[in-house]
Amino acid sequence: MLLVEDGLGICVVHLSPLSLSLSLSLSLSGAGGGGNDVQWCFSQVKGAIDDDVAEADIISTVEFNHSGELLATGDKGGRVVIFQQEPENKSQPQCRGEYNVYSTFQSHEPEFDYLKSLEIEEKINKIRWLPQKNAAQFLLSTNDKTIKLWKISERDKRPEGYNLKEEDGRYRDPTTVTTLRVPVFRPMDLMVEASPRRVFANAHTYHINSISVNSDYETYLSADDLRVNLWHLEITDRSFNIVDIKPANMEELTEVITAAEFHPNQCNTFVYSSSKGTIRLCDMRESALCDKHSKLFEEPEDPSNRSFFSEIISSISDVKFSHNGRYMMTRDYLSVKIWDLNMESRPVETYQVHEYLRSKLCSLYENDCIFDKFECCWNGNDNVVMTGSYNNFFRMFDRGQKKDVTLEASRESSKPRAVLKPRKVSAGGKRKKDEISVDSLDFNKKILHTAWHPQENIIAVATTNNLYIFQDKLN
Amino acid sequence: MFPKGTKRKFSDGEEVPDENPADIKVMSSYNLQRQSLLDMSLIKLQLCHMLVEPNLCRSVLIANTVRQIQEEMTQDGSWTIMAEALNSNQSPSDCLVATEILCRPSPKDQDEEKPFSVISYEGCDSVSCHSEEVVDDSLCEPSSEAPTYLPISIGTWEKEDQKENSEEESEEDSKPEEQVFGTFEIKNPTATPDPALDELFSDVDTSYYDLDTMLTGMQSSPKMGPYDLLDSLSSHSQSISSNSGCRPDLNELDHIMEIIVGS
Repeated sequence: MLLVEDGLGICVVHLSPLSLSLSLSLSLSGAGGGGNDVQWCFSQVKGAIDDDVAEADIISTVEFNHSGELLATGDKGGRVVIFQQEPENKSQPQCRGEYNVYSTFQSHEPEFDYLKSLEIEEKINKIRWLPQKNAAQFLLSTNDKTIKLWKISERDKRPEGYNLKEEDGRYRDPTTVTTLRVPVFRPMDLMVEASPRRVFANAHTYHINSISVNSDYETYLSADDLRVNLWHLEITDRSFNIVDIKPANMEELTEVITAAEFHPNQCNTFVYSSSKGTIRLCDMRESALCDKHSKLFEEPEDPSNRSFFSEIISSISDVKFSHNGRYMMTRDYLSVKIWDLNMESRPVETYQVHEYLRSKLCSLYENDCIFDKFECCWNGNDNVVMTGSYNNFFRMFDRGQKKDVTLEASRESSKPRAVLKPRKVSAGGKRKKDEISVDSLDFNKKILHTAWHPQENIIAVATTNNLYIFQDKLN
Repeated sequence: MFPKGTKRKFSDGEEVPDENPADIKVMSSYNLQRQSLLDMSLIKLQLCHMLVEPNLCRSVLIANTVRQIQEEMTQDGSWTIMAEALNSNQSPSDCLVATEILCRPSPKDQDEEKPFSVISYEGCDSVSCHSEEVVDDSLCEPSSEAPTYLPISIGTWEKEDQKENSEEESEEDSKPEEQVFGTFEIKNPTATPDPALDELFSDVDTSYYDLDTMLTGMQSSPKMGPYDLLDSLSSHSQSISSNSGCRPDLNELDHIMEIIVGS
């Protein structure tokens, strides 16, 4: 038994040789989650109501900023939409502010690679916010090939009373000026402007799948299928290659990089995951090229579950460090795993997301669903994790209470403050009332992207083209 | 679905003939499933070329699945079928019947349905020819102890070319198997060389195929290799050049799909 103190509180850690699981007791201060049973309520839904989804409207990434006040989404059409939370109403302390559109801009345009005769999609693969340093907000958005740094700033005043210009901007004839006055700033309707401040291009041969801002707030990494590059936020004409897994002979290629992330507080540490289900932790202080990992996290395969699809379902689609930096979470096709950074041999916790799909892998391979890349996220105090599934279901796993719940993002349960009813999928023959059988799941309705507010129990869940915002029920 | 990770044992000669039909049935179901998975994977790989830019991760995962199936087929499939043929007292014609159960419906007219014949097993001996004699380095793991193996395509239609291919070989792991295949061939001289088939594939060169170009959809120099099955699907007719693994003719693909689906 250990007593461990970190920035969030004191925990009692039990190490059991049999289960090799860590259980944290004593819930941590502040941020939501944990403790009593949380009831999730519908708050808002954004996006078109039609069933006919325009391709460009498909949401491809969702991300809260560091304070949680702003929520950004990227879509397949290359647009970024930022929502801002309304300040809490003093008279109604029970209701958290709603998220309304703050800014919309076209981040990336479709391009054509003339050398390869191939189109470069404008789809936004990832958005990452920079921590706020001044009045403006900054975010990085990336498509398959190019990363852009956007500045989002507000303008709510404008100067009035120029001597040489009319109000509409036309220049006045200087001879008509008889008096001088000092221009003053007058309030105007809030205008939110987004401008591209940096464009980081031409550094990736393969498709970028991840970007991650370093805790030094000066550098960031971008990862494609075979390489990871390190950039300085101020420098766009060069980047350092820190991981390269491209084999000399491309025919020997059997593994690709699927995700990468910097450690939340150690600026020299990052991890990258692979299509073979391994995660490598690298220390940039060791060498310039981090091909040799410091740690390799891999769980031995379960021989009883072996099939032709074993490798495909072990491919990791997302990796996220916990906020406290002690754990990391990985998502593969059927499960979510929590790893202790000090133990490489196996995860400390494994949660089955949709085990009932294991017997359907052949059909899922046929319709390509087996290649769907689900993301996962932590709540603010790292004791609940969330990920998406099919049929517009999403799952939450409470690590402390060892409970899990399946909820659905649908228009049917979209009445204001309506409590979401837990859902259940029946795998076997007997289907209870209110359960859904595996065969009636809609595999076109997938929730790949979810995000959790850094402090509150507010979650953003993206279905194909709609963004749902849910909150916990406040008493 | 697929049996769970249990290796099928090499059946020795003492097996009662009665058990054979049942064994064949179970195995054929597995083989058919495995075969259909293989075909599906190959189609997926080929379709990759038609996309904006193929998703490398998906391509690599599918390619690894194909590799895995081929490994298993070489180790298990050929052994099992061969063992039966060796141990059974069936006449060659009966053996062919057994083959029909195991394999997809074989084409009556090889000339017309070449692409199909390329995918399927053409008979017991074709499976045997699935021999590791042509080493395809791109499919082999660096470890030399792994048996070398081949895409089925080369196995089936290059049985006449075995000798040529073995010249190109660098490593041979297949001595014991060679002997077995040797005797097996004597037993089943059904491999009548098809001149049309020979001529068709005479220009096929089993050197490497540039995976990079295949996966990134680039036009490449005329080389074929591990993914030549894909090429042969698209290139058996002159309307498609064997170089353009990237943009197979849609009509061609329809034709192939029809054959596979069996319509």
